Amino acid sequence: MNKKLEDVLLTQPKRAKYYITAAVLVLAMLIWSSSALNQMHVTSKGLSIGWNILEGIITPDTTLLFGGGDSGVAYLILQTISIAFLGTIVGAFIAVPLSFISATNIVPKPIVVITRFVIMAIRTVPSLVYGLMFIRVTGPGPFAGVMTLAVVSIGMISKLFIETIEDLDSGILESLDAAGSTLFQKIRYGVLPQLSSDFISILAYRFDMNLREATILGLVGAGGIGAPMIFAMSGYEWHKVGAILIGLFILIFVIEYLSDKLRQYLLHG
Amino acid sequence: MRWYDKLFKPKKFTLTNGKTVSQKFTRAPLILLLLLVVLIISVVVTGFSLPTLFTNFTQFWIVFADLFPPKWSYFPSVWQPLIDTIKMSFFGSFFGALCALPLAILSANNVTNSRVVNLVARFVLTIMRTLPTLVAALIATYIFGLGTFAGTVAIFIFSMSFVGKQLFEYIETVNMGAYEALIATGANAPRSFVTTIFPQILPTYLSTSLFAFEGNVRYAAILGYVGAGGIGMILNQKIGWREFQSVGMILVSLFVAVVLIETLSQQLRKYLS
Repeated sequence: MNKKLEDVLLTQPKRAKYYITAAVLVLAMLIWSSSALNQMHVTSKGLSIGWNILEGIITPDTTLLFGGGDSGVAYLILQTISIAFLGTIVGAFIAVPLSFISATNIVPKPIVVITRFVIMAIRTVPSLVYGLMFIRVTGPGPFAGVMTLAVVSIGMISKLFIETIEDLDSGILESLDAAGSTLFQKIRYGVLPQLSSDFISILAYRFDMNLREATILGLVGAGGIGAPMIFAMSGYEWHKVGAILIGLFILIFVIEYLSDKLRQYLLHG
Repeated sequence: MRWYDKLFKPKKFTLTNGKTVSQKFTRAPLILLLLLVVLIISVVVTGFSLPTLFTNFTQFWIVFADLFPPKWSYFPSVWQPLIDTIKMSFFGSFFGALCALPLAILSANNVTNSRVVNLVARFVLTIMRTLPTLVAALIATYIFGLGTFAGTVAIFIFSMSFVGKQLFEYIETVNMGAYEALIATGANAPRSFVTTIFPQILPTYLSTSLFAFEGNVRYAAILGYVGAGGIGMILNQKIGWREFQSVGMILVSLFVAVVLIETLSQQLRKYLS
């Protein structure tokens, strides 16, 4: 009995060499990259600023936090949500046709290669660069933010859309054909029901991500909650920073919860 | 939704066997109306206008055309910041993923059987995740001074929260049979965890960490915007000086680096799964 157990133990593949190589590689890369830490210079000033930030979050500026009007946190949050929402919608409008012409089951291979390369290139440019480019088009403000998020979302939305489109069950279309459906009926009863729940779930996920992006676009002057935060930070007004950060936490937390719920409802009914 | 059904009466059908069935009125108008309201509010708040977009869109292509041809002679000065960016992302992602493991274990309710500990650990993860990386980097530059260290800290925080969340959700779905069997034979909890649960989560853990690393390279590129080191510093500088051909060169190098790292990590992830 014991012999049998031992035999089984001995037959397990020897992976020691493989593990050691992987460990050595990772270790070498770590040592190589540890020079990123060289530029640390913590001063007592830095520590006191850190303490001030903490204090600012605990005792936020309540007039800013609960204030109405154009500069109150509530309005800024509304603006940020609007930017993210509109950005997702516009992005989806551009991404839907783009993903149909990049799906291998719809168009021939050479075209797919070209469109996928375009999508990849669109994704690489950092959002802040798009922000600066769109400010030239629309002028500074939330409008530039909307267009930036629209372009930034195209990459991810179309990548996921393509996967959904390529998973289309063609059997349903064939049976609709056999039943004598017209083209419109085939799209309405064969294609849309298969795609819609996945599409909405992808958009909800992207909206969640866009909201995070929208909070930082203020850095380049593209509207949202980011700009007042940067101003408050560079003016060392930590109580205002605290108020805005609290608003941000609540916003992202609530939206994430809602989008999770929506996606679970869509996936599991 | 009862008020809605009262307003629009469900359609009644009488079947041949005398039974009646009802079909509820379609929800589509309600959803469309809600969407329209939200859309209008957003358009008003953001000042979105299609005419402006169409008349001024040529400006976008003008800026875009300025990026070409990229100034190849500028490449030697791009190299060092690019390497810095990759170093930052690797170091931050590695330690972030490492620290995510204990947090994930504390958050998973099938391994840590204490509601309070679970809640606290999850709260920490959520707080770290809601903080936008760029804001974290900005705060880090105030505390640790300008440079790559601040960026590494921001990436560390993001990786830890991202990997932590994915991992604890995965730990909660693993097969607990072997773990319970080992506990029953008298092994202590850490020992049983390492021998039974860890092998189950290892592929997912590694592939999530790689995925975080992939995203971080892309993200580290803009951290320089707030002075947190890497390629974003020169990007910001060249945009400020309107040297768009140098900007084009930076973007091309970034594109190549991102594509290389993504392909490599995708191959690794495919191998893992």
